[in-house]
Amino acid sequence: MAEVLVLVEHVDGTVKKVTHELLALAARLGEPAAVLVGSGADAAIPALAEHGAATVYVAAAPELAQYAVTPTVAVLAALVEQRSPAAVLVASTAESKEVAGRLAVRIGSGIITDAVDVAADASATQSVFGGSVMVTSTVTHGTPIITVRPNSVAPVVAPAAGSRVDVTVALSDADRAVRITDRVSQPKGGRPDLAEAGVVVSGGRGVGSADGFTVIEALADSLGAAVGASRAATDAGWYPHEFQVGQTGRTVAPQLYIAAGISGAIQHRAGMQTSKTIVVVNKDPEAPIFEIADFGVVGDLFSVVPQLTAEVTARKG
Amino acid sequence: MREVDDPTMKIVVCVKQVPDSWAEKKLSASDSTLDRGSVDAVMNELDEYAIEEALRLQEANGGTVTILSMGPAQTTDTIRKALSMGADAGVHLVDDALHGSDAVGTARALAAAIAAQAADLVVLGVESTDARMSVVPAMVAEQLGWPQLTFATSVSVSGGTVTVHRATETGYDVLEAALPAVVGVAEKINEPRYPSFKGIMAAKKKPIEKLDAAALGLSAAEVGLSGAWTEVAAFAARPPKAKGTVVTDDGNGGTAIAEFLSAQKFI
Ligand SMILES: Cc1cc2nc3c(=O)[nH]c(=O)nc-3n(C[C@H](O)[C@H](O)[C@H](O)COP(=O)(O)OP(=O)(O)OC[C@H]3O[C@@H](n4cnc5c(N)ncnc54)[C@H](O)[C@@H]3O)c2cc1C
Ligand SMILES: Nc1ncnc2c1ncn2[C@@H]1O[C@H](COP(=O)(O)O)[C@@H](O)[C@H]1O
Repeated sequence: MAEVLVLVEHVDGTVKKVTHELLALAARLGEPAAVLVGSGADAAIPALAEHGAATVYVAAAPELAQYAVTPTVAVLAALVEQRSPAAVLVASTAESKEVAGRLAVRIGSGIITDAVDVAADASATQSVFGGSVMVTSTVTHGTPIITVRPNSVAPVVAPAAGSRVDVTVALSDADRAVRITDRVSQPKGGRPDLAEAGVVVSGGRGVGSADGFTVIEALADSLGAAVGASRAATDAGWYPHEFQVGQTGRTVAPQLYIAAGISGAIQHRAGMQTSKTIVVVNKDPEAPIFEIADFGVVGDLFSVVPQLTAEVTARKG
Repeated sequence: MREVDDPTMKIVVCVKQVPDSWAEKKLSASDSTLDRGSVDAVMNELDEYAIEEALRLQEANGGTVTILSMGPAQTTDTIRKALSMGADAGVHLVDDALHGSDAVGTARALAAAIAAQAADLVVLGVESTDARMSVVPAMVAEQLGWPQLTFATSVSVSGGTVTVHRATETGYDVLEAALPAVVGVAEKINEPRYPSFKGIMAAKKKPIEKLDAAALGLSAAEVGLSGAWTEVAAFAARPPKAKGTVVTDDGNGGTAIAEFLSAQKFI
């Protein structure tokens, strides 16, 4: 059975949930093989093995961390050459999509981005035009390279060997072209990453001010959710831009999306319409967001949301 | 502070014309490409930031700014708009053979044109609001064998080196590379200027060169629908969602949601 390479998303060996989702998809097409670039293999391997990785390729040379994007491309290109995998799956994160794009050109393969499902024959389903159309595509040239959105499928516990295979690649001068001269980390709170979160609570213009977002954050924290915002709210400076959900912000597809004080413009829906369950609070019964709500309350978010937060907290008690 | 650099620096900005993001889009039944006839075409909003950044680099360092766009005949409107913002010249890749190009084909055509322009710096937007792939900048860079500095929230050029701040999930990385290079700019990196009346008048006289696939040295097998390495097997409108429950807050709206969430096992 051919291998299916899965590029691991991790922070120093702490594997992100999306990688487990990709391993579950990979098992449909062949034998899942994880590709870990960077440090932390000892911590990562047990988690990868538990979720089905028969093999874990480890590229841990410190030099790889000194340059952006291309070292990972070089590692994957070398593995594709050696292993002739049935497909390469990477998460639809900003950086991994670029890795996938460069890899496609380098190895001469077609690429499908932002799949929400992958079938055993490596055909991939995308949800386009804000979720109104589902497109199934296949790669007709080379090794299929597919980027998959987080939260598309459930991770599966399927213990496998997780045998470690160290790989070394010789970087070309072109792969060393972009030096990372500094990494600046801005502290962020304890909330889950927006793209990965199972629950997202978003606020829009109806929240009215930066202070108003404490109401949204309180609900998010009671549910262990990430916080999102509409462009009206980020443009007004009430919430940082990196939390914008929508066409020009992040695309999310959590199990539960709660929209408060958001009208549901087409560009906002483009980033959240495929959420499994959508709950809406808006004082305007005509707001278009109600059209895609599973449950909606017509009312003032400043009374509905705190009451909900209190209920959630009490029930979790 | 940007230093005055080589005044001959040649900047190429890749700009795409897209269907208006306000419009409901659909796919053409005949060849599964975007049905462009059904909606208005506008400049990809995210490419305005790329144009603005290129103009600022030109103001700081000298050189020229050329707009490069691949698309059907009406794409000249978008190129003209970029020229009215202040760019010097346009290159329009237009050919029926280019219709239906996938990301690889698009990158190949853009890269061929960039190479022909002998560009020092290529600036692209973060994403086209129709294709939404966010991969063309990386692919153009790979095609050219050039460094790629993307998701830039700041860009500066000095002494043949380009430095950017690349947005990451936790902050930013500082990246550095020698020219020639490909830069992709993040949304909101700057405040794009509006074309002035003078700019609009001046743009009418600026040159737009039209190139077809043959002029780029590309065969039909490398671009367009026939050169695509992906194929749409099927598409279908997503069945409309069953109508949800909507209640009016009577003082217990929050509790009603909690009950719903509890029934759905979220809490
Ligand atoms: C090219 C392009 C890209 C875009 N990209 C994005 C994007 O990525 N993300 C995005 O979100 N938008 C995007 N937009 C903007 C989008 O068109 C809308 O303008 C935006 O989503 C509106 O945000 P909103 O729903 O918060 O504000 P509004 O549309 O003003 O809606 C506010 C809602 O809050 C309700 N409200 C007010 N007060 C209360 C209260 N006390 N309690 C309850 N409800 C209340 C109102 O009834 C109203 O429905 C884009 C636009 C363009 C042209
Ligand atoms: N047909 C095109 N013509 C010119 N530039 C393009 C074209 N398609 C994509 N681009 C550029 O590539 C960026 C990313 O597009 P995409 O990868 O399609 O999301 C855009 O912001 C443009 O700068």
